[in-house]
Amino acid sequence: MSVEDSKRKTQIVQDFQSKMDYDELLNCMRCGFCLPSCPTYIETGGDEAASPRGRIALMKAVVDGKMEPDKDFEDQLSLCLGCRACEPACPSGVKYGHLLEEARDILQAKKKHSLPVKFVRRFFFDQVFPHQNRMRTLNSLMWFYQKSGVQKLARATNMTRIAGKNMSTMEKVLPAIPSPLKMKNRPEHIEAEGAVKKKVAFFSGCLMDTVFMETNDATLYLLKKANCEVVIPQTQNCCGALHAHSGEKDTAKELAKKNIEAFEEGDFDYIISNAGGCGALLVEYDYLLKEEPVWKDRAKAFSDKVMDITEILYDAGLPEMELDPQVVTYQDSCHLRNVMRTAAAPRKLLQSIKGVTYMEMKEADQCCGSAGTYNIIEQEMSMQILDHKMANVEKTEAATIVTANPGCLLQMKAGVEREGKRDSMRAVHIVDLLAEAVKYGEKSLQKA
Amino acid sequence: MLNKEVRGKLEKIVGRENLLDSQQDLIVYSYDATPDYQALPDAVIKPRHKEDVAEIVKVCNEYKVPVVPRGSATNLCAGTTPLEGGLVMLFNYMKDIIEIDEENLTVTVQPGVITLDMIKAVEEKGLFYPPDPSSMKISTIGGNINECSGGLRGLKYGVTRDYVIGIEFVMPDGSIVKTGGKLAKDVAGYDLTRLMVGSEGTLGIITEATLKLIPVPETKKTMLALYDSLEAAGNTVSKIISNRIIPATLEFLDQPTIQVVEDFANIGLPTEAGAILLIEQDGPEEVVERDIQRMAEICEETNALSVQIAQSPEEGEALTSARRSALSALARLKPTTILEDATVPRSKIAEMVKAIEEIADKYNVKICTFGHAGDGNLHPTCMTDARNRDEMQRVEQAFEDIFAKAIDMGGTITGEHGVGVMKSPYLSWKVGEAGVEAMRAIKQAFDPNNIMNPGKVFAKDARKRVVVQR
Ligand SMILES: Cc1cc2nc3c(=O)[nH]c(=O)nc-3n(C[C@H](O)[C@H](O)[C@H](O)COP(=O)(O)OP(=O)(O)OC[C@H]3O[C@@H](n4cnc5c(N)ncnc54)[C@H](O)[C@@H]3O)c2cc1C
Ligand code: SF4
Ligand code: SF4
Repeated sequence: MSVEDSKRKTQIVQDFQSKMDYDELLNCMRCGFCLPSCPTYIETGGDEAASPRGRIALMKAVVDGKMEPDKDFEDQLSLCLGCRACEPACPSGVKYGHLLEEARDILQAKKKHSLPVKFVRRFFFDQVFPHQNRMRTLNSLMWFYQKSGVQKLARATNMTRIAGKNMSTMEKVLPAIPSPLKMKNRPEHIEAEGAVKKKVAFFSGCLMDTVFMETNDATLYLLKKANCEVVIPQTQNCCGALHAHSGEKDTAKELAKKNIEAFEEGDFDYIISNAGGCGALLVEYDYLLKEEPVWKDRAKAFSDKVMDITEILYDAGLPEMELDPQVVTYQDSCHLRNVMRTAAAPRKLLQSIKGVTYMEMKEADQCCGSAGTYNIIEQEMSMQILDHKMANVEKTEAATIVTANPGCLLQMKAGVEREGKRDSMRAVHIVDLLAEAVKYGEKSLQKA
Repeated sequence: MLNKEVRGKLEKIVGRENLLDSQQDLIVYSYDATPDYQALPDAVIKPRHKEDVAEIVKVCNEYKVPVVPRGSATNLCAGTTPLEGGLVMLFNYMKDIIEIDEENLTVTVQPGVITLDMIKAVEEKGLFYPPDPSSMKISTIGGNINECSGGLRGLKYGVTRDYVIGIEFVMPDGSIVKTGGKLAKDVAGYDLTRLMVGSEGTLGIITEATLKLIPVPETKKTMLALYDSLEAAGNTVSKIISNRIIPATLEFLDQPTIQVVEDFANIGLPTEAGAILLIEQDGPEEVVERDIQRMAEICEETNALSVQIAQSPEEGEALTSARRSALSALARLKPTTILEDATVPRSKIAEMVKAIEEIADKYNVKICTFGHAGDGNLHPTCMTDARNRDEMQRVEQAFEDIFAKAIDMGGTITGEHGVGVMKSPYLSWKVGEAGVEAMRAIKQAFDPNNIMNPGKVFAKDARKRVVVQR
């Protein structure tokens, strides 16, 4: 081991000792109740090191000075999907997600990346995601390249080096990017269609408001139909989830503060998110900023208001929905289910659509393998999980796979692609399907 | 570390990929669910079939390398903590359900099968395997057999022992023994099946087991009774049994436990009650209906504050699953949770719980008690912090008093979790010196080199409780 390596390890151990929440580590009583819900434990055929109980033991061993933070250790934490399915299963209430985030943050800060990876990380994490206008610029770029048929962007940033094969499937499934002009004129306020039932603010999200802009439009359309008055604060930003989960916590904190400020003024009761991945971080802003006295309470006030779009739609009620007869299945977004604890509302909404036969798939609550940047970094495991998932989808004979998060949506689309089922199966975001069903329902009514 | 020669031989048997000894592997196989115990093995091995097991054990016997068979490591007696190093043996490749025999009503499985997976598989065929430890979602049949695990249905249906009718195991010298079979009767020689059940991996390695099944009961009903004190609940238990009713489940929670379970499960348990009884009856509808009605009356006669009969199977299931989570939910209160399973004749339950309360006061420690009221199996659970060595000392003394008290009442030091390391110092309290010697003689005859899960069951240092030791 080089001197530099051993220095780095010593530093990591020190950081683990000073930063990891030891009470939380001890809170794990090693009962093993979380094991059956952990995708990596299952996919590895029961490897304890790839289980939540094992990972917690490893982190604790590093703090206790019983183990060096070696490559195996870093790989094991990297293999974790961060899906947090272990949390609802844990009767002891261990906050595994927080432990993982802290550990990754320490490792990340001490990481030596190869130059291209470093460049890509800095480019995306510092330059693109935090700046909504750059997100738009980048999208304009992508839009331009897409239109001119050259996918140079990935190559230019060396993205292909880390992304490999998977990236090309991913490129295939990316939605058509909206034109820059459209992206510039985003609405700020939407009136309810009838008498106002709820007043809400909409968290538009960086990816959602650009690449998935149509889904955001559908969201606003549905809120209107559900008689919600919507404000869309213009100074809001990327939620910071990708940063927080990739060990870029400081940037995540900065973003959180900007968002808290953006949503502090205004007359509304809820902050609505339509991406499980974003929502889950938004409800934990208070945790993210727990060490900053000035922000803690403001963060809590923000987090308390966060709610998923499906909850509010189910609560406020939508007009009669209808679709052509089809079998529909739902894939939980891990963070929506395990952190925001929203699981019933999306299912109930889907079941209420006329013409839809809802089939619950086996293990719908298990991660699809997308997990933020996971499907790029841990390709092999990600694809193994996806194939497993698609086998369960097929058993339902569903024509439509519904998801509630952009990452999951792309992953499921990639799944459809991998299975060569593009002609008989589609993957959609739940709000897109609901909007389609509301419109269809209106048409049927007019006909009648 | 294993010496090179042993390592080479083992690798030859299972292949390099199935012999693990990286730093990470040693750490994650160094513990089980028992608080405050941890010790690194020298390596971890994954046999693919019984022939591998036999070959591995032969090598270990020759070189005197300890072997610690491990299921899911949910035991609560430090049973799979490799205190003397050696090999931890996993059954990841041996988790098949070999056969469900619908004519003889048996199921034959490999040891690594998850209890609940097997229960679900037999239930699909309309058959029933009653032993249901709270940990069944992740525990293995191999572990269940070796601890002789019990569950919520123990009162009426018995425990694991009552369902194991045939075993195949590898002796410490590598020979393979088959006992019992799909037989209702079998008196050919000593009852080795019974001997292996509850042997905690100290006599041999189970590679296959045949379990008895029964038809699934037609219906089930659940009810909940509230009391202002545990004694009142204890009276109900005695009266139900003396009225010749044997409910499928008869569980109790004391007040602090109720509070914590409710915080966790949110099912509307009355947190102000002094005690709760969870009662379940299964069987033909008319019997269930009659028994539930009669038991509800008995509850009222014995001063229950209220009696609530679950209106749907889902409601009943919510109540039972809340009880299942009791132990883990208690773990939320403090970093370290130490759970014991002292057991007394069921008529002594209320008296024992009272004694536990007094002992907790005496040593100034926090103990919640819940458990299987029907079979006298209590789970006094202490919430503490392993870092507080002074308090840990008092916890140890408190449990020592609890064991002594249980034995005075004609009870035992452990009802279902096994002796392992945790309770080995007290074994002679229950079975006497002569009893321990008889057991030692059996161990010596099976395993003269003491390679099978050494350091378990028999204490090096009898009587001194070892909970504080690392
Ligand atoms: C939250 C919680 C709740 C629990 N509830 C209950 C309960 O309600 N009732 C109850 O009785 N117990 C309970 N337990 C204890 C524990 O779950 C049981 O003892 C269970 O049977 C252990 O199964 P396992 O697969 O985890 O075995 P392990 O813990 O891995 O092993 C248990 C013992 O079996 C041996 N062993 C395992 N496989 C083999 C084999 N193939 N051959 C030879 N020896 C083997 C091991 O060496 C060890 O001595 C609970 C534990 C926890 C953490
Ligand atoms: S977050 Fe998901 S993958 Fe990671 S340990 Fe928990 S359940 Fe397993
Ligand atoms: S369920 Fe919770 S307490 Fe139990 S092993 Fe998993 S993380 Fe630890």
